[in-house]
Amino acid sequence: MSEPPRPPVGHVLRATPVSALVAVSAGGAIGALGRYGLTRAFPSDPSEFDLATFTANAAGGLLIGVLMVVVTEVAPGGRLVRPFLGVGVLGGFTTFSTYIVDIGRAANAGDTALAVAYAFATMAVALLTAAAGMYGTRRVLLRSNRGEGAR
Amino acid sequence: MTLLLVAAGAAFGAPARFLTDLIVAHYAGRRLPWGTFVVNVVGSGLAVFLAVAVASPGWSALLVVGFCGALTTYSTLSYETLRLVEDGRWYHALGNVAANLAGGLIAGLAGFALAHLITG
Repeated sequence: MSEPPRPPVGHVLRATPVSALVAVSAGGAIGALGRYGLTRAFPSDPSEFDLATFTANAAGGLLIGVLMVVVTEVAPGGRLVRPFLGVGVLGGFTTFSTYIVDIGRAANAGDTALAVAYAFATMAVALLTAAAGMYGTRRVLLRSNRGEGAR
Repeated sequence: MTLLLVAAGAAFGAPARFLTDLIVAHYAGRRLPWGTFVVNVVGSGLAVFLAVAVASPGWSALLVVGFCGALTTYSTLSYETLRLVEDGRWYHALGNVAANLAGGLIAGLAGFALAHLITG
């Protein structure tokens, strides 16, 4: 299987619409503000479970599951929906870097059990909520679509 | 003021992730989600470095909470991992979460060590 020649990376970047970049940027700012609001509402010490970031990453999983089923399976075509809501808002709302900083802080405070529990709880719950969002949305939206399509 | 700094950092962090993903996928393809891995590892190392080295709350809001927070992502990591599961690629799914976690922690340790080296 021979692969087609790869165009220079500059072509790919220049082909990216400015509107998509603006949508990602604006969405990212909105999402990050939501995450920051959660950390103000549920502050935590380095030696405590970071409930705010955990909640953002869990809720972001649920919402990306719903969104991706909607934009890829239910109603594709909205050109800026995925850049704005998916890459922007949910990407900015959830965070991997704070997750790692939290694990490091707990470990640095000598609480290895908290570091391990937080690391695996976030990973497990984020994956489970994303799965729930995907399968729940398929059940609700695609079943009703199929019902209409079957006539 | 802090709100503005967080939003400003994220307004650059999110498109930086978007463009990094495009560039990485251009070279590495989309069979495995390397773009998310790269931003999560780089962003984690940078965030730990800055969290140790930067004392100012303003710079921290801009760079750590805003920029690094939005440069990295958990939602896309979760979604891309589930896509691998749906394709029956369980080992790749497991490898994806393990690689992000291990890569993030190793980068974080490097950032931690570098920050202490610089700040003394």
